[in-house]
Amino acid sequence: MAVKRKSDSVKFADLGVSQQELLRYYGDMLLIRRFEERAGQMYGMGLIGGFCHLYIGQEAVVVGMQAALKEGDTIVTSYRDHGHMLAAGMDPKGVMAELTGRRSGYSHGKGGSMHMFSREKNFFGGHGIVGAQVPIGTGLAFAHHYRGNGLICVTYLGDGAINQGQVYESFNMAALWKLPVVYAIENNRYGMGTSIDRASARTDLFHRGMAYGIPGEQVDGMNVLAIYEAGLAAAEHARSGQGPIILEMMTYRYRGHSMSDPAKYRTRDEVNRMRTEHDPIEQVRHRLLEDGANEAQLKQIEGEVRDRVAEAAQFAQDSPEPDPAELWTDVLAEA
Amino acid sequence: MATEVLMPALSPTMTEGKIARWLKSEGESVRAGDVLAEIETDKATMEVEAIDEGVLAKIVIPEGTEHVAVNTPIAVIAENGEEAGAAENIAPASRAPQETPVKAPRPSPPPATSTITQRAVPPETEYTGKTRTMTVREALRDAMVEEMRRDDTVFLIGEEVAEYQGAYKISQGLLEEFGARRVIDTPITEQGFTGLGVGAGFAGLRPIVEFMTFNFAMQAIDQIINSAGKTRYMSGGQMSCPIVFRGPNGIAARVAAQHSQCYASWYAHCPGLKVVAPYTGADHKGLLKSAIRDPNPVVFLEHELVYGESFAVPDDPEFIVPIGRARIARPGEHVTITAFSRMVKLAMQAAEELQKAGISAEIIDLRTLRPFDVETVVASVKKTNRIVAVEEGWPFAGIGSELAAIMMEECFDWLDAPVKRVAGKDVPLPYAANLERLAVPQVEDIVAAAREVAYR
Repeated sequence: MAVKRKSDSVKFADLGVSQQELLRYYGDMLLIRRFEERAGQMYGMGLIGGFCHLYIGQEAVVVGMQAALKEGDTIVTSYRDHGHMLAAGMDPKGVMAELTGRRSGYSHGKGGSMHMFSREKNFFGGHGIVGAQVPIGTGLAFAHHYRGNGLICVTYLGDGAINQGQVYESFNMAALWKLPVVYAIENNRYGMGTSIDRASARTDLFHRGMAYGIPGEQVDGMNVLAIYEAGLAAAEHARSGQGPIILEMMTYRYRGHSMSDPAKYRTRDEVNRMRTEHDPIEQVRHRLLEDGANEAQLKQIEGEVRDRVAEAAQFAQDSPEPDPAELWTDVLAEA
Repeated sequence: MATEVLMPALSPTMTEGKIARWLKSEGESVRAGDVLAEIETDKATMEVEAIDEGVLAKIVIPEGTEHVAVNTPIAVIAENGEEAGAAENIAPASRAPQETPVKAPRPSPPPATSTITQRAVPPETEYTGKTRTMTVREALRDAMVEEMRRDDTVFLIGEEVAEYQGAYKISQGLLEEFGARRVIDTPITEQGFTGLGVGAGFAGLRPIVEFMTFNFAMQAIDQIINSAGKTRYMSGGQMSCPIVFRGPNGIAARVAAQHSQCYASWYAHCPGLKVVAPYTGADHKGLLKSAIRDPNPVVFLEHELVYGESFAVPDDPEFIVPIGRARIARPGEHVTITAFSRMVKLAMQAAEELQKAGISAEIIDLRTLRPFDVETVVASVKKTNRIVAVEEGWPFAGIGSELAAIMMEECFDWLDAPVKRVAGKDVPLPYAANLERLAVPQVEDIVAAAREVAYR
């Protein structure tokens, strides 16, 4: 069984990723960063309510994985889902309008931050119960397998969800039936306020499929190209009929668990060190400049991102609340 | 352009807070993510971070100030290179509107005559074609076989459904006809295979998830309610989960408390699900076919003690029974008795006894518990003016309790006697034969209840 561990970070030039593609990753990650900052700001202004889990710091994971997927592959995740939706190509306006609880939101204001979906972009949520998305993602992979359509499902879960029993029920069935699923564990080191070493008897999560013969690999989750490379190989593994595979993305969230988390369980120094030394966006920016991209190109991307986020924020405030009659709709589909 | 920093709301409930400390002073430059100040809320001390880079041009609210309302300007950030004095002509930050920007007029919600939602149910046509006598077990199998022949997206998944032919022999012959792709034995892993079924349903397949008993579905109830039942609503109608959860519910024979419970009221409580609990062979077949074709999650409650009973069952593969309609199992005039699943049989036997005493009972087989057929029950009670609600499950917050509420709301003025419930006793089901019999409604209990409300 191939459980391997990757320690060196990827050599950018060896991957055959063009500067054009790298510029796109830069823009995609920056969009998530700026979107989330704005969401945090709007939460502070009382425009967004309830729970709001920001993705800042983890942007490379979804952008790198998305680049490794094919049209039609499906995605499902938990409640820290804004980044996944933007990476899947969902419209920032519709996502932000859902955060403000307006009728133009993806769920018409009925789902909020944790519950959004896009059939068009093959994004199957946005699920609020920790770990529940794992059997669901396994079921999406089951459907690909049943139809024999050559597609795969990427099921994201966190280091908190990894200790839920249903995760292992899923691992077992996925391995038993060789389902085309990539389990992408986003290990950001904290399940809410509990650090991984206080929650997990063994903290090397890529080993968690070993009992089922599922190969696993640890990936530098702050490095978009490392993720892209690992994602390509994992997707190929799942697509080729070899069954599930686990990627453990070593990542970090800069913000608290949710907006109302004072984050006293970790030091400011720890956060600052990650931001200054491992920021996924700064790494790519640095690499682009070294590779001969110029400041003007980056400035242009930054300007476009700023405009898109501003437009989304404005849209989300201008869109009306759902019609009161909407209270009663969408409970059941018409038989 | 300078921008205002507003007192942020740092939790869903925060309305004001105290500026505990400024960590930057006026004139200092800041980068995105730098901590500007610490704020004490009722729950915690939180940090306020700078959103953009610039210079802290002015501190508007000094540290130590208490009761600072959310959205009050607390500082001004100038862009790099801008005079600190720019603080004087600031652009007001876009502030949370005092009211929502567009106040839609508030039309009243659709008139609901009852507190529960009612929906249009397709009419039920009387079947006059050929029938065959068969057991409920065979009727259930035939329903699945016919639907699996009709639609390749339908598959059966659960413990012992394939090679073993079903723990209660419901799926006999299915593996042989449809193969291992569509008749799938699972490990003993209820939460896992239920969630897998839900995911497959989201992807457009039509899973039939068999639970060896509904007692084991408690392991999976989060997936049934939170994932299957709520996702359509939470997605604004974008997602569907066409799935059937089926298996024996209620008591069996001498299997004690953990294997003997009625879950009817648990599932019937939840919007987003449909819940069916039939009795006759025709209803088992017709309702299961409807459930499989339904675009929503359907909880299909069977009964182990009914599997072996024989009925005349329609032979036509297009015969279906619409979900949402109760059935008058026996017309009567003096008292309405409602029941579902196995209790219909006992209610029918009670009606025979009552007839001897000159009491004509109208038996309503509820069949569907959600959406509930209020109309049929209310019409009956307006005729008989009395009702006995029978169920095998516990009385507290049961289907009978709901019927009592419906009677208060819908036919208070027609009632000539208080609503009477006949339910399982309020104890975990005992093993000993004599105690088990005492815990479960018997024909004599129904007869006694009917006589009580009829004052005869």
